[in-house]
Amino acid sequence: MASVHVLRPGLQTTVQDLGRWGFQHHGVPVAGAMDPFSHRLANALVGNAPGDATLEVTLAGPELLFDDERVVAVAGAEFALDVDQHAVAHARPFAVSSGARLRFGPRSRGARAYLAIRGGVDVPPVLASRSTHVPSRMGGWAGRPLATGDRLPLGPTPHEGGVPRRARVDISAFMEGASVARVLPGPQRDRFRDDAIATLQSAPYAVGVESDRMGFRLLGPAIGDLRGADIISDATPLGSLQVPASGQPILLMADHQTTGGYPKLAVVITADLGVVAQCAPGDSIRFRVCTHAEALAALIARERAVMALETTGP
Amino acid sequence: MTGSFALVPAGDSAIVVEFEERIDPLVNGRASALADTLVGWQIPGVRDIVPTFRSVTVYFDPLRTDVAWLNEHLAQAALESVPQRTGSSEPTIIPVCYGGGYGPDLSVVAAFGRLTEGEVVALHSGRPYLVFMLGFVPGFAYMGTVDERIAAPRLATPRTRVPAGSVAIAGAQTGIYPMETPGGWLVIGRTSVKPFALDRPRPFLFKAGDLVQFHAIDRAEYERSAKGQPSG
Repeated sequence: MASVHVLRPGLQTTVQDLGRWGFQHHGVPVAGAMDPFSHRLANALVGNAPGDATLEVTLAGPELLFDDERVVAVAGAEFALDVDQHAVAHARPFAVSSGARLRFGPRSRGARAYLAIRGGVDVPPVLASRSTHVPSRMGGWAGRPLATGDRLPLGPTPHEGGVPRRARVDISAFMEGASVARVLPGPQRDRFRDDAIATLQSAPYAVGVESDRMGFRLLGPAIGDLRGADIISDATPLGSLQVPASGQPILLMADHQTTGGYPKLAVVITADLGVVAQCAPGDSIRFRVCTHAEALAALIARERAVMALETTGP
Repeated sequence: MTGSFALVPAGDSAIVVEFEERIDPLVNGRASALADTLVGWQIPGVRDIVPTFRSVTVYFDPLRTDVAWLNEHLAQAALESVPQRTGSSEPTIIPVCYGGGYGPDLSVVAAFGRLTEGEVVALHSGRPYLVFMLGFVPGFAYMGTVDERIAAPRLATPRTRVPAGSVAIAGAQTGIYPMETPGGWLVIGRTSVKPFALDRPRPFLFKAGDLVQFHAIDRAEYERSAKGQPSG
């Protein structure tokens, strides 16, 4: 079976798809690509289906050896890339031959890149998904980030679905300065002081060093004076800004637990999940409240940009 | 019986149906019943239906869901949801080896209630518990309500490693750790029953609405069961 060999794993490289939906009532986190738009873009560029598994590369990338000729593409965070020391472009499909080495060099912007390989990374699905959830050691490759010496199986190269001829891509999630993420008021908005939403928008929040796929610890203006402390535990949507007693919000990301007891002041809109996913520790996020209509319009615009490149259905 | 409820959006891809704000088997029964109804509807675009203590969160794909339609139908279903026994009517029996190395906090709970360790065991295993919800990690069931004499608060500093199979108490709640994780609950025993095992046809042992009763066994019996039976 065709495979890709891990020569260097990078900082945290995991197998991800669009997530393990349908099991949250059993306490199973969704996981999946932190930046689902870049994941889908990478898949589209090689003619894969949107839900095929890619490799999510975090901050420092891997070096990989292919034992089969494949079309591959990298989207999301921008790294210097080379195949056998010949530079290759970001967000463009390119061919690697059997025996070729793909190397991720220095990162210029963004936090997470997605490497799609035509045919997909074919690890066995667990509960209907190939996503890795490291905290519960579920899915992906042995439930963990890649390590030197791993050999990841690749799916057969499909006959259907070609590489898009028009691979001009302009849906980058990157922004100059502080990233702006739009939010909708959260389900426990009434638990907070009246000015809490204004405080949230008053200045950018820095992504703390203790941030990972479960959540980002944010440092910025404290959300003060909770009315009553914790709530009776309920479900915690992706993108929730939950506020513990410290007043410093925690932004729940892909690997977050399914339930929790902190009140949720606001929720990042689906269209901007990729924006926050591309923030590394030390980067800043400015939150801005929007309407449900704006959230849907932004998602439709983003969706159209991705769908225009996809040659196969979900 | 119908009670109050509210539909609360949680971002652009989730709606929470909230019932009365208390931990109560009747309120929880409404949430479990509503979740079962919604699962039965197989609504296109809905990706997850998560019942918790006093609410049900419905996750949907905002591009494939008519939110006005969903709100209207959630309201109707919430109005009609009545507490019912949705899970097994007979409690699932969980054999537990209490105390010793398997239950390092049994003495803490005994001191809390001014009880002997034997009395703690008798109280913990003396009544069936309702599974209110699942969360925290795959297969972890929040059960209650434990006798107030053994409802000891969680550890001030959570342990970095709680072994799989640990049976624990946190306030009025009790539960079984399905896998080794960090945790702050008071560990009073160990079971070989696995709440979550992918190699079983039914990977998850519990669902919201189930009844569970603990049964004390001795160390030898526990060690036989831990060796003998694959997944419980």
